[in-house]
Amino acid sequence: MDNLNNYLLVSAVLFSIGTIGVLTRKNAIVVFMCIEMMLNAVNLSFVALSRHLGNLDGQVFVFFIMTVAAAEAAVGLALFISFFNNRESIDIDDANLMKW
Amino acid sequence: MDITSVFFAIVTIVAIVSALLVVTCKNPINSALSLVLTFFCLATYYAMLDAPFMAAIQIIVYAGAIMVLIVFTIMLLNIRVDANKKHTHQIVLGSVIGIVTLLLAGLFIIKGNVAAPTGPITPEMIAQYGHTELIGTVMFTEFLLPFEVTSILLLAAMVGAVVLAKKKLS
Repeated sequence: MDNLNNYLLVSAVLFSIGTIGVLTRKNAIVVFMCIEMMLNAVNLSFVALSRHLGNLDGQVFVFFIMTVAAAEAAVGLALFISFFNNRESIDIDDANLMKW
Repeated sequence: MDITSVFFAIVTIVAIVSALLVVTCKNPINSALSLVLTFFCLATYYAMLDAPFMAAIQIIVYAGAIMVLIVFTIMLLNIRVDANKKHTHQIVLGSVIGIVTLLLAGLFIIKGNVAAPTGPITPEMIAQYGHTELIGTVMFTEFLLPFEVTSILLLAAMVGAVVLAKKKLS
């Protein structure tokens, strides 16, 4: 029980690494993988706190987050394929039609 | 220092190094494989936290299904490795935001105080009834409506993926 803080710190580190990846990478698929990593970091703190508080609701939340991530993966990757068919690239700088 | 702490330290080092590799690798395939390693480390954490069902679906859903989708897409799109475009200001700004996030979160975690255990679930209870059964009991009583809504979400995602990825009928 004393090591709850360790799990939360690992979760924070993974979330921050994911943030850096989302903000610095140009490849849309790598950005997508970093978003998945951030979701997983949050899942880790959900499970750690659920264990610490003796309540399973947090783990049910993790289950729903995984479902949403799966749906997001299916739709997001379909969007990348569609984008690639139009632009011959998946560089996020090429998604600039709505740019000012 | 007991064996659990040593194991935790090893898993943490592997998790953080592989997470850094996801961000720094030039080739998306290498990033994807490092991400699989990160997911396995998270599954190990779940197993250490007395949540074996979560560890199983972490490996089946994330390391299995989602990563296969991602690797398949990388293969299908046949993208070349990043050209040597430099985006120094973007990298500096992104790293600063990430590090500030980490410092703030770390400050809250170290200074903050999580409430004492309140729920009925103990590790002994999990060992006696089984984790899957306890999760199932909560999910199909208290969270039944969200569970059913999830099925609609998955149906919508399935239809959406088919519609988005198909060729235009000309």
